[in-house]
Amino acid sequence: MAIIRKYRWMTAAVVLLVAAALMGTSCRGRRKRAVIQRGDVGEAAVSTYVAPGDMDEFYLFSSGGHSGNIYVAGVPSMRHIATIPVFTPYPGTGYGYDKETKEMLGRYTWGDVHHPSISQTNGDYDGRWMFVNDNANNRVARIDLRDFKTKQILGPLPNVSGNHGSSFVTPNTEYILSASRFSAPVPRSAYAPIEQYATAYKGIVAGVKVDPQTGRMSMGWEIVMPPFNYDLGSAGKGPSNGWAFWTSYNAERATGKLEVTSTQKDRDYVAAVNWKAAEKAIADGKYKTIDGAKVIDPKATPGVVWLMPCAKSPHGADVTPDGKYIVCSGKLQSITTVYSFDKIQNAIQKQDYSGDEDGIPVIRYDAIKEAEVNVGLGPLHTQYDDQGYAYTSLFVESAVAKWKLGTWEVVDKIPVSYNIGHLCAAEGDTMHPKGKYLIALNKLSHGRHISVGPSQPEASQLIGISGEKMKLLYDAFTEPEPHYAQMIKVETLKPIEVYPKEANKNPNAIWDIKDAKVDRNGSNVTVKMIAVRSNFEPNRIEVNQGDHVTVHLTNIEQTTDELHGWGLVDYDINIVVDPGETKTVEFVADKPGVYAYYCTNFCSALHQEMQGYLLVKPRGGGGPAAAVKRDTKGNLTALRQEAPR
Amino acid sequence: MTAGAASGRLRWLDGFFDRDLTPASRILIIAGVALLLPVYLTPMYNMTLISNQFPDGLELHIYASKIEGAKTAARDDLREINTLNHYIGMRPLLESDFSEFKWLPLAIGAFAVLALRAAVIGKMSKLVDVVVLFVYFGLFSLWSFHDRLFQYGHNLDPTAPVKVQPFTPPLFGTQKIANFTVTNMPDLGSYLMVAFSALLIAAVWHSARQAPRDAAA
Repeated sequence: MAIIRKYRWMTAAVVLLVAAALMGTSCRGRRKRAVIQRGDVGEAAVSTYVAPGDMDEFYLFSSGGHSGNIYVAGVPSMRHIATIPVFTPYPGTGYGYDKETKEMLGRYTWGDVHHPSISQTNGDYDGRWMFVNDNANNRVARIDLRDFKTKQILGPLPNVSGNHGSSFVTPNTEYILSASRFSAPVPRSAYAPIEQYATAYKGIVAGVKVDPQTGRMSMGWEIVMPPFNYDLGSAGKGPSNGWAFWTSYNAERATGKLEVTSTQKDRDYVAAVNWKAAEKAIADGKYKTIDGAKVIDPKATPGVVWLMPCAKSPHGADVTPDGKYIVCSGKLQSITTVYSFDKIQNAIQKQDYSGDEDGIPVIRYDAIKEAEVNVGLGPLHTQYDDQGYAYTSLFVESAVAKWKLGTWEVVDKIPVSYNIGHLCAAEGDTMHPKGKYLIALNKLSHGRHISVGPSQPEASQLIGISGEKMKLLYDAFTEPEPHYAQMIKVETLKPIEVYPKEANKNPNAIWDIKDAKVDRNGSNVTVKMIAVRSNFEPNRIEVNQGDHVTVHLTNIEQTTDELHGWGLVDYDINIVVDPGETKTVEFVADKPGVYAYYCTNFCSALHQEMQGYLLVKPRGGGGPAAAVKRDTKGNLTALRQEAPR
Repeated sequence: MTAGAASGRLRWLDGFFDRDLTPASRILIIAGVALLLPVYLTPMYNMTLISNQFPDGLELHIYASKIEGAKTAARDDLREINTLNHYIGMRPLLESDFSEFKWLPLAIGAFAVLALRAAVIGKMSKLVDVVVLFVYFGLFSLWSFHDRLFQYGHNLDPTAPVKVQPFTPPLFGTQKIANFTVTNMPDLGSYLMVAFSALLIAAVWHSARQAPRDAAA
């Protein structure tokens, strides 16, 4: 003791050193964990590096959620390349300011883009169009992948409420699926108190028809369903072609605090729809027209829809590439359920039912279950590769499970950062997935990036799936909110970069400066204008206050990337016209004075000079314009307004 | 040089123009005409303008009857060249401004007819006429082309936003003009015309070599 007392300072120093060493070890431990999550950095760097001038291998189209946009990135670089505005005005491309897109957006300023879906031929992406749904305002939109522009918005779809289970396509793009997430009285203008939810509220599952030549969408069929919350859909393919499947939650038909009230039963349902039978029922006149839509009542028309019990609170319904199985994941259980399409057909044939919901037969679970795969906690969505493997996202576990189709065994698992929602494998929902890459679309990034304050982006992580083990390759951060994404081989798309002059059929297009003019008809002023480096012709428009002005602007360039913008100062107008394109903008010149218009999209060395003036003469000839005079030195002087004597 | 030597030197010309063309010469002429006809279809000259923005180069193809820019889905080179040139005040390249596109095809056709005439009549004089006229026509065309290049590079609009030193793009080869490296070179059409004249000269040479020996025999 004496020794300790003698050396007490030294003892204290030793204790401090040990403590410091322990702390150091624990710090190192934490750092080490970070290294493991990064994977093999060298390998990851080499496999994701796309050198300057080189091209990516895949397009990634991510849904932009409540931003209303689609984001286009390249894979494997994960670089964001372009934004396609769909349900939201986007001044960057002038979307929602010109006449056509303004009319397309209607009175809406936002939409909630969830599930991009590339058009298919024989169950594979054909790269013609992309369809997206609006979960908020019950619409669907078509993007033309020839020019990456939104071409049509259909909706609000009658009777549908919360169009979430959309816009998955059938194997030959006959239909895009649509479904109500928030059951409500039908038609949408009908009222029923919430207490009558279980009986007076209705779900809808539907198919929106697509014209095979033009891609034009129109109403197809609707089926009125029990008031569950229809979640995600998937179309059958190959042997199961002609069928569509939707998961649903809230089999309890509960209201109020759904977190509790809708999670009391062990099972929810998957709706299985024979859409060819639905098509036939419509052709046979077995429908009621509700709010303009042809609606099938399954009680009156059996043989169209069945219910399949599923692990509770399911999200993804994902048909396997061979079309033989449907994989459904219940978020609140640790298994994902595999149904056999053959067994479903047999059970229907034998009427092997365990009950019904509002007259819709419920197929006996054990008769159609092929396997229950023990994937992990919170399974949500499944995609496939080219080697016969399935990949299921695990929200609760923050991981991706890889499992073998056929043996139903989990063979690998990789942690992701953090809380993965959907995932997206290369062409991973088609009959011929491409493998190689998988994107984990994570809901939370928890500061895995330089800090940008409390409003944090989502995290899209690139995972290599070529080998036996999944490998984390890259962290990318995406704007809200990638609910789902699709990845397609670059070669499948054949985009144009210039609208060819010969293909411009707009009757208001002009190509010669000599044709540029301002026409007046009463108080309507029509301007035919040309934009070309670096001027607008005409560069002066004189109107009277209150005139209705229409400007048809043609960009006569035929060179890639020579865009011209037309921003009108103080009038809240900006359109962007691509090479060879004609756009129309309309406004009322209600503000008197002189307003510059200028090129907003930098074009050339004389871009700054690319401008003109809108001169709005005040009503009655009075006002500031009349009160300006040149003095003897030639300077403009404002005269004091004096009352006439 | 004595008069005798001079007349001796010229004596081989005696009767030269009256000589008959050998069958081989006639075949050479017809072959030459066959080479001349595709000139209508292929470019005679190519101009390539390379810059940082256009690493693949803007391309102009000059035919006997028209001027064309390379045209891809992403670019119309003639339109682009005209758009860029307006900044330096250069006149736009318009087909209607070139009288060459009218007389060049006519002249080429005329040479084909004249050459065939020489082959049919089979007289050296007719053939020599074609050769001499064609050489003159070739040199004149080159001068005319050079003059065009000079005019376009010198008659610049004085009000142009960008002032550049007047310039002449090269007739053969490469030159740096502002931020562009301009390469101007003959293309297949021109080579076919050279081949045409070479075959005619070969025809002259063949009959010139054969005829005296025939006379001696």
